[in-house]
Amino acid sequence: MTQDGKYTEIGNSLPRVDGKAKVTGAAKYAGDYYFPRELWAQVVRSPYPHAKIKKIDTSAAEKLKGVRNVITGDYYKKRGGLYLADKNFLAYQTVKYRGEAVVAVCAETREIAEEACRLVKIDYEELPAVFSPMEAMKKGAPLIHPDLHTYRVAPIFHPVPHTNISHHHVLRKGDVKKGFRESYRIFEHSYHIPHVQHVPIETHVTTALYDTAGSLTVWSCCQSPYAVRAALADSFDIPLNKLRVISEFVGAGFGSKAGTTIEGIVIPLAQLNPGRHIRLDYSREDEFENAYVRQGMYARIKTGVDKKGKILAVENEFLWDGGAYTEYGVNIVKAAGFAGAGPYNIDNIATDSYCLYTNHPVGGPYRGFGMCEIHFAIEQNIDMIAKEMGISPVEMRKINGLRPGDTTNTGEVMKVSGYQDCLDTVIKALDYNRKSAQPKDKHKIRAKGIAAGWKSPSQPTDAASAAIIRMNEDGTFYLQTSAEEIGQGSNTVLTQIAAEVLNVNPDRITLTSGDTTANPYEWQTVASRTTYCAGNAVKLAAEDLKEHVLDLAQIKLGCAKRDIHLERDDDHHMTWVVATNHPENRVPISTFALGLTLPDGSGIGGPAIGTGRFVLPNNFAYNMEDSQSPKPVAFWTIGVTGAEVEVDTQTGHIKVLQMISCFDPGKTVNRALYDAQVEGGMIQAMGTAIFEELMLKDGRVLNKNFVDYKIPTADDIPERLESLIVEYPEETGPFGARGIGEPVMVPGAPAIANAVANALGHHFDHMPITPDDVLEVVRGKKSKSKAKR
Amino acid sequence: MHTIEFSINGEALTLLVEDNQTALRVIREQAGFTGTKPGCEAGECGACTILVNGKPVNACLMLAPELDGKEITTVEGLADGENLSVLQQKFIDHAALQCGYCTPGFLMSATALLNENPHPTRQEIVEAISGNLCRCTGYKRIIEAIEDAANSGTKKIPAKKTKAKGGARK
Repeated sequence: MTQDGKYTEIGNSLPRVDGKAKVTGAAKYAGDYYFPRELWAQVVRSPYPHAKIKKIDTSAAEKLKGVRNVITGDYYKKRGGLYLADKNFLAYQTVKYRGEAVVAVCAETREIAEEACRLVKIDYEELPAVFSPMEAMKKGAPLIHPDLHTYRVAPIFHPVPHTNISHHHVLRKGDVKKGFRESYRIFEHSYHIPHVQHVPIETHVTTALYDTAGSLTVWSCCQSPYAVRAALADSFDIPLNKLRVISEFVGAGFGSKAGTTIEGIVIPLAQLNPGRHIRLDYSREDEFENAYVRQGMYARIKTGVDKKGKILAVENEFLWDGGAYTEYGVNIVKAAGFAGAGPYNIDNIATDSYCLYTNHPVGGPYRGFGMCEIHFAIEQNIDMIAKEMGISPVEMRKINGLRPGDTTNTGEVMKVSGYQDCLDTVIKALDYNRKSAQPKDKHKIRAKGIAAGWKSPSQPTDAASAAIIRMNEDGTFYLQTSAEEIGQGSNTVLTQIAAEVLNVNPDRITLTSGDTTANPYEWQTVASRTTYCAGNAVKLAAEDLKEHVLDLAQIKLGCAKRDIHLERDDDHHMTWVVATNHPENRVPISTFALGLTLPDGSGIGGPAIGTGRFVLPNNFAYNMEDSQSPKPVAFWTIGVTGAEVEVDTQTGHIKVLQMISCFDPGKTVNRALYDAQVEGGMIQAMGTAIFEELMLKDGRVLNKNFVDYKIPTADDIPERLESLIVEYPEETGPFGARGIGEPVMVPGAPAIANAVANALGHHFDHMPITPDDVLEVVRGKKSKSKAKR
Repeated sequence: MHTIEFSINGEALTLLVEDNQTALRVIREQAGFTGTKPGCEAGECGACTILVNGKPVNACLMLAPELDGKEITTVEGLADGENLSVLQQKFIDHAALQCGYCTPGFLMSATALLNENPHPTRQEIVEAISGNLCRCTGYKRIIEAIEDAANSGTKKIPAKKTKAKGGARK
């Protein structure tokens, strides 16, 4: 910050600090590390969705030349999991989804490992399987985890013993019965959201080395090296000081790499082969089937409104298809339970969010963490009610959208809320109130739609972050964090925050992360919490170092530290420590890098290191019975997306012509990176709205490649893709910032769905909205409901 | 096994390769140019795009013996020492990359386009990168970066001239 109070870095569009490494091929991702004589791992997968493993015969595989080890679930009897310990890295006793890893092989080459997998003989006894959350809920349904009642679970989750329910989240606010009694009209709508895949372009890759001195190193493409370290240490009883997780750059995460995934498979193999690196690569097919998927979900919303359109009561139920293991999924179900009525001021809410085990691929965190799914329902519901009430969707949102002073679903009073401003901004930019100009081609109909969304970080109320900053002898710096650069731009934003505090040019700072041995603790890089949590830790570390410099500068400059400031001098690539009242009295900041040398030759102070420790200062546990709390989450990020579509009534094709979003990031740290996140989030949302579905039949994934699972290409993007902003600072955020990485995806899909509905006069109760869906409606047939239970 | 001689980023290489190995794996694992990324190994995502005698090719669909006698450029060959190519610089200027994993593939496709057609239309740009998948950016900034590079008069990036000695295609 300059002397007249202007930011030098915050709010600028500093080019990405990792840009040069990424455009030259210098950036190393987990799969880019190859080691001499490394061994290759491969796994044998279950052909059944639910079966008992009767016998495994590995003898032929073991005899194959070049095979080192063939191991089974017997090596992994200890169950693990982030929130609910329900998962083994290899199936133990039963398989619970088609594609589950049953046997792991390691061999001298990947070809030998693959051949060995084909030689493993496994006898299964098929068990009855469950393929929908409704089936899973039924009394007498086959139990996928019969011992659920014995599993270790974080105390905020509530598995129901002897059922397939691994978490039932309950929210109660006000009195819904009273709310419905007082309502003028009551509406009920149902929706279905299918499974989708994250599709990071980098598939999961990991390498492990158990060195001959007894330390284990894992090169992993993970978003959260410390969480991976903790999970692996727990599963394999390894002390944390003997386990190192390295993950420098990640080829995108979107949640897919948030937990511990394939690392667990290679560790026993590494322990069996001290001194040899063991590597396991996921193919794209593996990635579709065996990496986390976004859980499918069925939503039912009952809404009571008064004559003017004010929502008086919401009763909703979410049934989540959590898949075979829900160690992470339970927390998504909780997040949905927290936010289930949306960013609206509603006095009476009853939400039940259920996590169900099914014999489907494993659900896990996906950008939005449940919010994209529930908002597809919430925001179409708002439009549908508005239409039935004869008021505009904008008016409906103006009446109900959160304003400062309103209370959230969980009973927290909103100190700030950008909802109404974001809405106004998008309405204006999209010119929403003016009907779309229709093209000459009569078979094409254009229309606009809007949707809002909100999200808070779903993290423990005491989630912690640390940062260290060290000054080098020449006045450059190393900034150390364990926030993971997964594409979101954290390295750049955190560098800007440190540069702002220290008044140094960002190019004087090198950020290191992605190595648990070298860098300090960070809970996880998830939840759109990094700018806020790691950002606060970095700010505190830089302030700590600055204090140290000013303490010594008092002696050197002979004035009180209140009268000393740091001044950036980009012309000379340096920063000065200046006596404010006598600016000619100044020394380079590097003077204090190793402490200060006094006139008598003695030294004082020592090397300049700043530490920052941040833990959420304002989060309180919620009441388990009703989810109410004065402050259960760090912050809410709110925004609105508008879309214009063109529907071809001959082909059923939907072309998205415009997408415009406005969010409230509190204070933008980097405008270009904010815009880039918003644009990317909109296109990812567009993919789910009109293209993407992981097609499942009897537990089998039918579309495990890019030909059959289409994600948006450059040819699919709207002509206008625009990112706008309103800024209401977050009280406890660094410089007022709050997180935006996930929220920016949330309203995209329902905005498109609402636009399509405005074009066709019909709301689809599911996504993606395919050409077949459109043609059914165009031809006057009743659209098939996919939300039926 | 096959002995192949080819040039990669101006450097002559002689390698012994398996007949059924892909160019992608040889370039990464034997030649050490890991900027060329695997994404699907089925020719669907474009992350492994390289230039073969100046033309963009999915390295995962090319067999290693086919490298013999060719001039190969990977992302590591785009910059001239410390100096980035115009296109590389424009990707940074436009924030046209996020996780960066698909970026080398886009750079190679776009380099090939601008070498062939220095002033492409927007539609020609979109077509040139339609075989490259990106999950982070939403493509807009990638298209703008390529447009800007074209408008800045990108000089043709020659495949660096070190003739591979081998040559006979099988």
